[in-house]
Amino acid sequence: MSARIRGGRAVALALLTALTLAAAGCAGEEPATTAGQPAAGGGAKTIKEGLKIAFLPKQVNNPYFDASDNKGGKVAVEEVKGVYSQTGPSEASPSAQVSYINTLSQQGADVIVVSANDKDAICGALQEARTAGAKVVTYDSDTNPSCRDVFINQASAEGIAASQVKLISEAVGPDGGEIAILSATANATNQNAWIAMMKTELAKPEHGRLKLVATVYGDDDDQKSFQEAQGLLAKHPNLKGIISPTTVGVAAAARYLSGSEYKGKVQLTGLGTPNQMRAYVKDGTVKSFALWNPSDLGYLAAYAGGALASGLITGKEGEKFTAGRLGEYTVGKDGVVLLGDPFVFTKDNIDEFDF
Amino acid sequence: MAEPTPAPGGGRAGRAPAGRGTAGRTARWRGVAGSWDAALLVALALVVVAGALAVEGVASPRFWRFVTLEVIPIALIALPMTLVIITGEIDLSVASILGLTCTVMGQLWLWGISSLPVLIAVALLLGALLGAVNGVFVTAFGLPSLAVTIGTLALYRGLAYVVLGDRAVADYPPGWTTGAIAAIPGLTIPWMIIVVAVLAVVFGLLLHATPIGRGLYAMGNNAEAARFTGIHVARAKFWLFVATGAMSALAGVFWTLRYASARADNGNGLELAVVAAVLLGGVSIFGGRGRLVGVIAAVVLLGILRNVLQLAYVPANTLTIITGSLLIVSVVGPNVAAMLRDRLRRRRPAAPLPQE
Repeated sequence: MSARIRGGRAVALALLTALTLAAAGCAGEEPATTAGQPAAGGGAKTIKEGLKIAFLPKQVNNPYFDASDNKGGKVAVEEVKGVYSQTGPSEASPSAQVSYINTLSQQGADVIVVSANDKDAICGALQEARTAGAKVVTYDSDTNPSCRDVFINQASAEGIAASQVKLISEAVGPDGGEIAILSATANATNQNAWIAMMKTELAKPEHGRLKLVATVYGDDDDQKSFQEAQGLLAKHPNLKGIISPTTVGVAAAARYLSGSEYKGKVQLTGLGTPNQMRAYVKDGTVKSFALWNPSDLGYLAAYAGGALASGLITGKEGEKFTAGRLGEYTVGKDGVVLLGDPFVFTKDNIDEFDF
Repeated sequence: MAEPTPAPGGGRAGRAPAGRGTAGRTARWRGVAGSWDAALLVALALVVVAGALAVEGVASPRFWRFVTLEVIPIALIALPMTLVIITGEIDLSVASILGLTCTVMGQLWLWGISSLPVLIAVALLLGALLGAVNGVFVTAFGLPSLAVTIGTLALYRGLAYVVLGDRAVADYPPGWTTGAIAAIPGLTIPWMIIVVAVLAVVFGLLLHATPIGRGLYAMGNNAEAARFTGIHVARAKFWLFVATGAMSALAGVFWTLRYASARADNGNGLELAVVAAVLLGGVSIFGGRGRLVGVIAAVVLLGILRNVLQLAYVPANTLTIITGSLLIVSVVGPNVAAMLRDRLRRRRPAAPLPQE
């Protein structure tokens, strides 16, 4: 899971406007614009009806992709009155994915929304599909930028770092105190980028009462993470909070805390999945944790694909489009669209998710 | 192609029912094999015609291009695999040999070897060497090929991860990668199919028109008896493993260029697709029976069926179930048919043995 949490290169921040446009309001009867003519205003031009929008996840029967495709993408495709489908291999292999890309291209898909099993291996097939007229949106896992039109990036490194610090700060309370980070492996690129940005974030005056005393590595191994969490509390008796920005680490730390005397006294947050964290949120060990909402990811990808296929955007930096209830988005550098800040799970909303 | 001539002393010792002529058995199996080939070709035609009528996109030029691209690596490995299985052996390490040659090719490219002929030559030599290792274990040490090649399946795949780890080498010149899947001028079919066709003829002639080929059937039926008739069983098997290794490496070269990506997990699980095609093609898993034309028909049939079903929006799991069931039918079918015929004959003891 933590492999999916990758540091994005997105530099543009999504303009998360408060506009929660009703879906029906967006999909008017106005004829679609011609291709290659980006919409200037975003709201004026609409997505064509009847577009065939196909989702091709890394593998089918995976709860994460079930949430992104069948609970997010499908809703968006129905909102724009398109034809939704999800297809894909039962094992996450690039060659199997190529076969499905070829099939989609023969079926005349207008939009292929794909999470790449290999950033290069599916390139040739995607190019052939684009030559045949399909628009390609990558989500969750990108290909080479030259092989797709836009990439929907689930979270930026800055966004993740800021959100993690905010959550631990809220959980620990106004008095602050000592905190620690439980990471994955010592040389994990994305983890280290996030930790560096968390340190920058912690240096800001509003987090002056939080003091980072240790960073330990659980190697994304459940037992090692469990032992590291145990070690942290033994070594730092005044510890008030732990941030574990990896799904394995946060679940292991939560398991340790929930069975120890520190439950409720030492706060924990991180990047986790609702299914792994549900019990610990409900028993009060964890107040909140973050991850992106996969349904929103699929929802946004479908709208981006619809906008591409309707000629509203071409994937150039600075273009804007409206994604139903999520509001307006701007295409960033290299055709990257950032979903937004990580989604925060609490005991109030965790039961709405199953992945 | 010539009919396989029954080997002297053919018929599997211990499996042939006592008191039944081996010549009669072989002839009957030849009949079954012949009708199986015909059945496969009919099934192939049916799938194409029904698919073209019922499913949009089937039998279009692009359909044939995509099917051919998918079938090529399986066909390349299925050719030598047919011969190996006819001798009563099996090679399950083929996909790992493919993966290992992909990674070695990738690593050599990273080290600056930028001549494609050199890379291909090294890959083929490496494949032959890996096959030879299998061959030595099976023939010189007399170990069962199933056990040996399950071992090398893991070993070669492990070595592939040693070579490239979780990296992928993908920066090959576009000329190579587009060249590998380029179409025959005027058609949409990739030119590599010509290479496959030539190799198919070579293997077909070897199996069906030479004494060596007849020897392969003989050793599949009864290795001991074959040895007594002067067939070099160990030598023939050794070279078959070498050929399988080299052909897997050739498939690896094609794989690397087709996907423009050398990865340690390239072709993972492909051995099952190959063995499935060979068995569906009417080759007996016990050796001694089967013909190359059936195998080629089966490879094409599986490739087309898969694509037709995908185009018809059949989900991946159902697809796996269908191919699995087909395989079971292909293995069980001929055996059940033969058993039923045996029963019927037993009821009529006076019935003469079938003659051709």
